[in-house]
Amino acid sequence: MIDPGKAVKESSEPPPAVLAGKKLLTAILFGLAFGFFLQKGGVGKYNVLIGQLLLQDFTVAKIIMTAIVVGMVGVFTLHHFAKVNLHLQPTKIGAQIIGGTLFGIGFALIAYCPGTGAVALGQGSWDVLFGMAGLITGSYLFAEMSGWLKRTVETWGDKGKVMLPDLLHIPRGVFVSAFTLLLLAALYAMERFTTR
Amino acid sequence: MTLPRTSFAFVFAALSLGFPQLASAADFGVNATDYDGAAWSPYLVGAGIGVLSWLTFYFADKPIGASSFYATIAGFIGKFVSRRHTESLKYYQTNPPAVDHGFVFVICTILGGFIAAWTGGEIRNEWLHPMWVDRFGDSIALRAVIGFVGGVLMAFGARLAGGCTSGHGISGTLQLSAGSWLAVIFMFIGGIAAAMLLYTSL
Repeated sequence: MIDPGKAVKESSEPPPAVLAGKKLLTAILFGLAFGFFLQKGGVGKYNVLIGQLLLQDFTVAKIIMTAIVVGMVGVFTLHHFAKVNLHLQPTKIGAQIIGGTLFGIGFALIAYCPGTGAVALGQGSWDVLFGMAGLITGSYLFAEMSGWLKRTVETWGDKGKVMLPDLLHIPRGVFVSAFTLLLLAALYAMERFTTR
Repeated sequence: MTLPRTSFAFVFAALSLGFPQLASAADFGVNATDYDGAAWSPYLVGAGIGVLSWLTFYFADKPIGASSFYATIAGFIGKFVSRRHTESLKYYQTNPPAVDHGFVFVICTILGGFIAAWTGGEIRNEWLHPMWVDRFGDSIALRAVIGFVGGVLMAFGARLAGGCTSGHGISGTLQLSAGSWLAVIFMFIGGIAAAMLLYTSL
């Protein structure tokens, strides 16, 4: 059997200053498709996003969980046959709990997230512009503090790249199969017990 | 490996404790489903984004993500105002602002959203969403303050956690990254708690 980790070269080439050719084309096409799908999914709309956080409208959860099932099965199949690299973010328990919670509180206030906010702008929901000004400001604020955060919060529970199957000591293929069934069951339950 | 396992146990305990309470708190005076929803089925859209993730991994060797776009813009503005200071910051040393894949991707996400809305007759051209007006009134200034503060918290949180609802919520979770699942669970814990507080009348 092919070992995907060895067959695919590491994706560590230095990023070019300006995109060109095939790289530019893929960024354009995939960005267009992403925005198109998100808008058609209704997740550029204030009420659909806030409705998810109020547990009144489960559109967001349905989209995310379906994307996870389809994406996971495909990406792990491609990876098994050494066609793609995985791009795992390191697990940093402290940073992800604190960062995730701050993100969530911000999410409730602005209602749009970084990707769906782009879609909201495209469809003319101009209130997202205030949120975007905040997103730019918050990013710079983080950069200002990034040296200090890197030495403190980001070292709390820094575990490196960890995958759920490793954590539970289950073979990857078995985990993906079982997790697919679990997510499909959750989607079925959501469809059965929610109105939207 | 014991620490992650303990933290996951904690998260699931917190979720299971909070859930009955959340489910009973469904009445907020306004109902999100009274306003218009999606044009397409969420399962079709989710499957489309799932397939798109195969394509971005295969053709671009990149996961889908959005939040770094705003950090890039902040970096461009920062370099315009004070080049030396911006370049001295740790984050911009590791992630120098550039018109890269993520930047072009999000610009085109805006355009893709426009095309979908335009072809579907869903161009909104509004400063306040009706649901916001029904809850908070028609002051654009109030929306500006709340939106701006929310954006600051969201971007700071995304950078600290290492991604947003796209980078962690879709790309990280589908790769079964433990940290992505942790971040997303806390995004929704924070979001659900804050939204329910915002929509609860005192």
